[in-house]
Amino acid sequence: MKSSVAKRFFKRKVSIIGLVILLTFFAMALIGPYLCPYDPLEQNRAVISQGPSLEHLFGTDYLGRDCFTRIVYGARVSLMISFTGVLSGCLIGVILGVFAGYFGGWVDVVISRMMDVMLAFPGLLLAIVIVAILGNGTQNTIVAIAVFAVPSIARMVRGVVISNKDAQYIGAAKVMGESDLRIVFTHIIPNSVSQIIVNVTLNLGTAILTSSSLSFLGLGVQPPSPEWGAMLNKAKDVLSRNPWEAFFPALAITLVVMSFSLVGDGLRDALDPKLKNVS
Amino acid sequence: MLKYVIKRILQLIPTLFLVSIVVFGMVRIIPGEPITLLYGISEGGGASQEYMDKMKEELGLNDPLPVQYGNWIAGVLKGDMGTSLLTHKAITDELGNRYKYTLILAVWGTLVGSVIGVICGILAAAHHNRAGDNIVMVISMIAVSVPSFFLAMLLKLIFCLNLGLLPSMGLKSWQHAILPVATLGLGAVGLIARTTRSSMLDVINQDYIRTARAYGFSKVRIVLSYAFKNALIPVLTAIGLRFGSLLAGAALVEAIFSINGIGSFLVNSVNGRDYPAIQGTVLVLAASFVLVNTLVDILYGLVDPRVKYE
Repeated sequence: MKSSVAKRFFKRKVSIIGLVILLTFFAMALIGPYLCPYDPLEQNRAVISQGPSLEHLFGTDYLGRDCFTRIVYGARVSLMISFTGVLSGCLIGVILGVFAGYFGGWVDVVISRMMDVMLAFPGLLLAIVIVAILGNGTQNTIVAIAVFAVPSIARMVRGVVISNKDAQYIGAAKVMGESDLRIVFTHIIPNSVSQIIVNVTLNLGTAILTSSSLSFLGLGVQPPSPEWGAMLNKAKDVLSRNPWEAFFPALAITLVVMSFSLVGDGLRDALDPKLKNVS
Repeated sequence: MLKYVIKRILQLIPTLFLVSIVVFGMVRIIPGEPITLLYGISEGGGASQEYMDKMKEELGLNDPLPVQYGNWIAGVLKGDMGTSLLTHKAITDELGNRYKYTLILAVWGTLVGSVIGVICGILAAAHHNRAGDNIVMVISMIAVSVPSFFLAMLLKLIFCLNLGLLPSMGLKSWQHAILPVATLGLGAVGLIARTTRSSMLDVINQDYIRTARAYGFSKVRIVLSYAFKNALIPVLTAIGLRFGSLLAGAALVEAIFSINGIGSFLVNSVNGRDYPAIQGTVLVLAASFVLVNTLVDILYGLVDPRVKYE
């Protein structure tokens, strides 16, 4: 069964393209920093705001830092932020969703209302609210990403749990005397793993977009960190003089966001063939 | 129908209440004295402890929290959100001036995005799995992924800085609005085209469409008056969601085109730790979004008689 999922995934060419781009960026984040000849923070006044050249593939920024090096280091920062954020948000979301769906009643009402209120702060606003409460910086950006990811995952898991909880095998497990907690972890969660994976993948793309948007507005990761959004924050002021400084970080963000959604869509189609025609 | 509208509007109240609690609670969660956060009276620095205590009493910060909330919300309902710590002006006035700009961007962005998105989505569904479909899907994929600030910078670079065709700062005339609206609209096209396409594909395979085809109706008629009408609900949902995220997301575009909208006000307030202003702005944005969603819910009933009003 596993192999047929892989087969279906690799049948879609765009999924492969997305996967290859993602793996390139992962490699960049892991080993890239050891291959770069420059330091991402070292300013070199001799080469300020230069266009792309052989020495500086993506040019240099307004302080004479090598843009290529900064993008490679930035891959580490951006991917780390979205992975930590989304995975912790996912964990909280799964727990809340399971509680709401399995126990129902007032537990469900309280959790669902909470999620509704969070969803009443559209898009970036929720992340901005978190930053307003906690202050800016890398750590708080991660928290904002985590909070951002919670409601969508919680809602989905809740739905899956509700639709599974009356199934015969759950009744059988109950008759066998299994505890609620055991039923949840050994029967219900494994049943929703594929949907959780798809949701996390799609959320990772959104997380890259959210964290770079926050940093771009000066509310997220602070300079001189080579986070892609933070790089754009400074680059927008020198757009006419040195467009390269903005172009490459923005391209990196676009590629990663696009690849996450290509891979996410591919995974969804591969894991659930019934949904093939939809979207 | 009227009953449903009234019921839906009444349902707004608990949601808005919870939202306002969150906004009110914000300042209480933040470490530090609410008095310094809300009224900008510096601790330690100039003010003596005695003066601070007196002010606290005067401003009602020693009252129990429910009383404080009651006073705050009563003020908000009367249009008094306090004074901005940064600009020293009434927050309601500040928001009123800027909301207009953000609303122009969000409404036109959503409108442009919806029209183009729906047309593209219908064309893609009608040409399912053929070249037209693939082109639309690739373009909408890119439109969804390209961050709005990238698109905005690209457009600004090409049309303002290189070609000099359009103004790049502010929102004084309709020429100023072209690029920001194009940016927001294009971002919306991706989501709306994808939603329209998948919703149309769901409908097109149903029996009554086959029946209509058997009657020999033209393809255009089938697609527009039979399929699209029935595929509209998910599309409306997507449009409502998109509008909401444009309200806050406009901050990014406002930053690039130097527009004094509500988004840039929020960003400045967060950077300046201007908590009364943050509270007001967040409340207004969230309330607008909740209102738009209610409006979308009511529209469901208008476009699709199958939606039950009970």
